[in-house]
Amino acid sequence: MDRRTTWLPFGLSRYTGRQVLVGAIIVVALALLPLLDSNASHISAVADAGYILLLAFGLNIIVGYTGLLALGFAAFFAIGAYTYAFVASPQFGLHWSFWIMLIVSAAVAAAFGVILGAPTLRLRGDYLAIVTLGFGEIVPQLFQNLDKWTGGPDGIAAVDQPTIGHYNFGFNPTPYYYLYFIVICICLILLANIRNSRLGRAWMAIREDELAAEHMGINTTTAKLLAFSMGAAFAGVAGVIYAAKLSTISPSGFDFNMSIMILAAIVLGGMGNLSGVLLGGGIIAMLNFLILPQASNWAHALGAKLNVAFLMSVDLTQYRFMLYGIILVLVMLFRPEGLIPSATVRAELREADKGAEAV
Amino acid sequence: MALLSLQGATKSFGGLTAVNDLTLDVDAGSIISLIGPNGAGKSTVFNLITGIYTPTSGSIVFDGRSIGGLKPNAVASLGILRTFQNIRLFAHMTVLENVMVGRHTRMHAAPWDCAFRTPFARREEKSVEEAAMAMLDWIGLTRFATEWARNLPYGMQRRLEIARALASEPKLLLLDEPAAGTNPAEKVGLMKLVQAIRGRGVTVLLIEHDMKLVMGISDYVHVLDYGEEIAHGKPDAVRHDQRVIEAYLGKGA
Repeated sequence: MDRRTTWLPFGLSRYTGRQVLVGAIIVVALALLPLLDSNASHISAVADAGYILLLAFGLNIIVGYTGLLALGFAAFFAIGAYTYAFVASPQFGLHWSFWIMLIVSAAVAAAFGVILGAPTLRLRGDYLAIVTLGFGEIVPQLFQNLDKWTGGPDGIAAVDQPTIGHYNFGFNPTPYYYLYFIVICICLILLANIRNSRLGRAWMAIREDELAAEHMGINTTTAKLLAFSMGAAFAGVAGVIYAAKLSTISPSGFDFNMSIMILAAIVLGGMGNLSGVLLGGGIIAMLNFLILPQASNWAHALGAKLNVAFLMSVDLTQYRFMLYGIILVLVMLFRPEGLIPSATVRAELREADKGAEAV
Repeated sequence: MALLSLQGATKSFGGLTAVNDLTLDVDAGSIISLIGPNGAGKSTVFNLITGIYTPTSGSIVFDGRSIGGLKPNAVASLGILRTFQNIRLFAHMTVLENVMVGRHTRMHAAPWDCAFRTPFARREEKSVEEAAMAMLDWIGLTRFATEWARNLPYGMQRRLEIARALASEPKLLLLDEPAAGTNPAEKVGLMKLVQAIRGRGVTVLLIEHDMKLVMGISDYVHVLDYGEEIAHGKPDAVRHDQRVIEAYLGKGA
C-alpha cells in the first residue's frame, strides 16, 4: 500500500499520489471549462457527454463487473426519462420537482432492472444477450405504441426544466454541465467504493467463475439482481437529466443504437475499469457530439473550396455507427482489454509501491 | 456425533446411478479420504454435499442439520468449503481479492454499506483484508498478493484455491484431487499442508489418486467403484483389501 495518500477521504487513499494528482487536475480543468470556453454549443456537447458517461457507468456494473452481456441497456435510460416526463410536463398536467424525481426515477429504473433481470438469471452469454436485446427493443416500442399516455412517436414535449429557487435552468447548457459534473463525481465515488467492497468482489467473482462464486457462499441470484438494479439506477438518473436538458423526449432516442453506443464506450475504454470507462465514454461522446459535427463543417468548407459536391453536402454524423463499428473491430483486434486495461493500472501501483519502499 | 454424515445417499441420472446407497461418517478433526478409479462417483459425492446435486434418496446431515438439496451458497455459509478438481480461481482478480471473496460468508456489509463506505463497511473491509493477508502468509503466498490469480504457477494456484476455501474458517474442507498435476516436492508440501489444516481445527474430506498421499495422512479411507462403496477402513487395511486391488488393477492381478 502506498502510504502517502492515506490522509485522503472517500477511499481515495487506495490510489497513488500520482493518480490522485492526475485525477485532481482533470476534475479542476473540467470544473473551470465553462469559464474558459464561452461557446454554448461546446458546453452543451460536453454536458451531453454526461449522460453517456452515466450510462457507461451503469452498463459497466452489469457487463464489466458482473460479466452479464446485456444488450438492451437503453431501455432503462428510456424508463428514467419517461418516468420524469410523465410527472413533469403538460402531458398529465403534473409538475413534480426535478430533484425529487432524480431519486424517484433512479428507484423506478432500479425496480425495472430487477423485473427485467429476474427472467435472465439462468441465462448466460449469447442467450442472455438475445433476451436483453429483446427487452431493449420492447421498451421503446411500448413507449411508441402506448400513444394515449406517451405521445407515441412524437414523444412528450415541454418537459419541465430544473429550478433552484427562482432560477430556471432553461436552455442554457452551463447549469446542466455542472449538474452532470456533480452527479458524475458522486457516482464515481460510489462506484469506486463498491468496486473495492464485498459486493464488488462478489460481482467480479460471478464474472470470473459463477460456480466457484456460489461455492464461496455468494448468493448469485441476489448479486446479479443488485447488479441489474444498480446499473439501471444510473441509467434512470441519466434519463431524467437528459429529458430535462432536451425538454422533449421521443422513443427514437432510446433505440438499439444507443445501447450499442454505450457498449462500444466501455469496450473501447476497458471493461470493469473505471478510468477506462471514463475515457471510453468521453471519446465516444466527444466523437458523437463535438468532433463529427465539427468535421462535417470542415468537410463542407473543403468541398466548397475544391468544388466537390459530395464533400459540400456530407453529414459525417450519419457515419458515426460505421465509425463505432470500426473502433470496436480495431479494439478487439489490437487491444482486446480496452485502452486502459486493469493490468496497466496495477502495474503502475506496483511500481509506486517499490518507490515507497525505497524511500 | 459425526460432523458430516451421509446415510444411504444415492444419486441417479436417468438410468445411471452415479452414487448408490453411500453411508459415510466424517468425525470432527479427522482426515477422511475418498478413493476409487476414474468415474467411480467421488466427485458426485462432493457435488451432493455442496449442493450442486440434490440426492435422489438418502440423507446428508452436517452439524446436526440436513443439508441435502440446499443451494451451494447456503451450504458454504454453514461451513463447508471446497476446492475443485480442475482449478477454478477468479482468474482476473488479485490473489488477495480471491482470498477476500473466500471470506464472503463472514462479511455482513449490505449494498448501501458498500456504496457509501460506511464506518462499519470500512472496519469490516480492513479486518477482512488483514485476515486474508494472514491467510496468504500462512500458506506462503504473500509475495503474490497483488498478482492476478491467473499469473501464478500451477502449484501455487492449487495452494491459493485452498487458501480461498480456508479464508472463511470452514468447519469442513473438501479437497478434490489437490495433488493432481503437482510435482513430488509439491506433494510433500501438500501432505504437510493438509495436516496443518487439520491442526487449525478444520476437518478434511479428501478425494485423491496419489496413494502415497492418501495412505500417509488419512485416518480413514472409503473406496468407491461404479458408484458403490467396495471397501472402507484404516489406510493399511484398505491397501490390502482384495476388492480394492481388483478395482484398481483388474481381476487376476
